[in-house]
Amino acid sequence: MNKLLLTTLAFAIALPLAAAANPVQDSYRAAAKQENAGFKDFSAARGQALYSTKTADMACASCHGNTPNANGKHAKTGKDILPLSPSANAQRFTDAAKVEKWFGRNCKDVLNRACTAQEKGDFIAYMLSVK
Amino acid sequence: MRSLFCLALAISLCPLAALADGKYGGENRGKPLQPAQVNAKWQQECGSCHIAYAPGLLPAESWRKIMAGLDQHFGDNAALTAQESKEITAFLVVNASNRWSAKTAPMRITESAWFKAKHNSREISPDTWKRPAVKSPANCQACHTEAAKADFNEHRIKIPR
Repeated sequence: MNKLLLTTLAFAIALPLAAAANPVQDSYRAAAKQENAGFKDFSAARGQALYSTKTADMACASCHGNTPNANGKHAKTGKDILPLSPSANAQRFTDAAKVEKWFGRNCKDVLNRACTAQEKGDFIAYMLSVK
Repeated sequence: MRSLFCLALAISLCPLAALADGKYGGENRGKPLQPAQVNAKWQQECGSCHIAYAPGLLPAESWRKIMAGLDQHFGDNAALTAQESKEITAFLVVNASNRWSAKTAPMRITESAWFKAKHNSREISPDTWKRPAVKSPANCQACHTEAAKADFNEHRIKIPR
């Protein structure tokens, strides 16, 4: 009886943890370790700083909005852009090729360079933390 | 009397000239604007930052040029993989405007003669384009409520205040 209770308890704790893991972010974790032997972990705070980084009048928020759990609006065309945080849009950060494509485009547009795996993982950490 | 004759001659020749150049000086959108069956990649990729503009809005040569420069797409990087680009270009070229007889190939839909004629300043004031809900002539769906379905019927136009 006690054993059953313990097992149930263990599952109850482990399940939310397992659900929070993001396979796309995990692939960036592997890449970040390759990039930098001293890699520790991803940070939602660094991701948030990256999200608000403004260069040449452009930031992530220019199109995705100040709150990633709400609709954004494309800075030039005015088209609605669906929320970026998985809490508001479950499809986000589930398709590795799509994620890599948009990091590829938008890092060049906003930062004028490619993002590192560390930055991509930080960014996803921030997105996963937005409720 | 003689000038009247000339005028009559000019008028009678008019339809011929129009036939040679086509409507809007040959810069006319296609009919249909979009095939019943659309390409899923085109819908997905071209419809992220703006509506997926119907292939019939521009001639084939315009689409070829646009698709060849996606890494610098009106100031944004919209690069695709070679495979995606090939598939989408094929869909656009096959379904491009079938009524475009001019040798022109504008990069913007708004630069075409038919667009300018349909959106002249007497009907749409310059201020209308600047309204926050409109923002840009690229934002078709601001007024053409069914634009994403390539439906530009004027009965479905609703210009935001």
